[in-house]
Amino acid sequence: MIPAGFSYVRAGSVEEALDELSRHGDAARLLAGGHSLLPAMKLRRAEPGVLIDIGRLGELSYVRADGDRIAVGALTTHRILERDPVVAEGAPLLAAAARRIGDQQVRNRGTIGGSLAHADPAADLAAAVLALDGVLVARGPSGVREIPAREFFTGRHRNALAAGELLTEIRLPAAAGLSQAFEKFSRRALDWAVVGVAAQARPGGGTAIALIGMGPTPVRATAVEEALAAGVPAAEAARLAARGCEPPDNAVASAAYRAHLAEVLVARALAAL
Amino acid sequence: MRVEITVNGQPHTREVEPRLLLVHFLRDTLSLTGTHIGCDTSSCGACTVLLDGVAVKSCTVLAAQADGRAVTTIEGLAGEDGLSPVQEGFRQCHGLQCGFCTPGMVMAATALLAERPDPTEQEIRNGLKGNMCRCTGYQMIVESVRWAAANGGAR
Repeated sequence: MIPAGFSYVRAGSVEEALDELSRHGDAARLLAGGHSLLPAMKLRRAEPGVLIDIGRLGELSYVRADGDRIAVGALTTHRILERDPVVAEGAPLLAAAARRIGDQQVRNRGTIGGSLAHADPAADLAAAVLALDGVLVARGPSGVREIPAREFFTGRHRNALAAGELLTEIRLPAAAGLSQAFEKFSRRALDWAVVGVAAQARPGGGTAIALIGMGPTPVRATAVEEALAAGVPAAEAARLAARGCEPPDNAVASAAYRAHLAEVLVARALAAL
Repeated sequence: MRVEITVNGQPHTREVEPRLLLVHFLRDTLSLTGTHIGCDTSSCGACTVLLDGVAVKSCTVLAAQADGRAVTTIEGLAGEDGLSPVQEGFRQCHGLQCGFCTPGMVMAATALLAERPDPTEQEIRNGLKGNMCRCTGYQMIVESVRWAAANGGAR
């Protein structure tokens, strides 16, 4: 399968990428690791007129401890997240999710920014960033702004970035010493999660839980979080996992099966905390 | 557009369409047909090559993304002293039957051993998760990689 023709521009800096974005408007797509976009282009589900390759912007590949939070550059690969010592210490949930993505070849190329911006409802890193209450940093023609993860995912493959904006960094509150769990169920080794759960104990007490595969966007399992906060035992609270969700009903899994999976996986995640 | 890609130590400069995939650059432009196209959807791993030493699926990388970089394919593994340890391991342990997945398996195993010279069976299975074989049931592939680990590793 061969993508439709496009013109190719390689950005040498974030500024250059922003200039190219504003020059080409809707015709352009950003290419990071390409492991979501290129398959979509090969299937002709995406036919951008211009590809702006940001894959070599080393300035966007980093992990930094920054006081009580961790800053992750948008072009940091899944492979780096798996083994970075700062991530392992301060955001082990992110490493646990990264480790479960695809296979070594995919993790070598895929980037956290690319994955989040692609906004697939079953993306593993999205669950982790949402459970960690991450903040996404966007740069655009009118400057820099922060978007809370809870507001970033606006629909299936849709995000809150405005035209001309580029996701540059993900900020996560450091969660050193707090327990976390990542669970997902896939039908075959490399498949996307049918349903996945990221759970993170919070500094002041309480538990944050995010679900993937349970709606058009990753969602927080608010009913479970509230039940836990009210002292409901974990096994009982887990039964509320699907409450408020609109899981897809398709060839991969029925909505009822997804709801069942959510309950089972949330129970497992809570038991592992 | 013009790309310069070093393949198995040899620099190649070519005019290519931006949409040309790395696997087609290798197979069609350079006639290096050892790298196979299996699923063409970044699932099966038959097209695995090393890009700057890192395993990638060349059906999901543009030649443009490999511009200025070094690619190693199955054709580049054997040295003057014969097969690489991973290649020899597949031969010794019957790690292939039809052979279609073998180039990708060998490249993925080479990348795995470069990083983990003495992997456990589970680490081998995880490392080769992105490579599918429809003949062997994987057991002999795992044994081949263990053989390679004990006999020279990723070289």
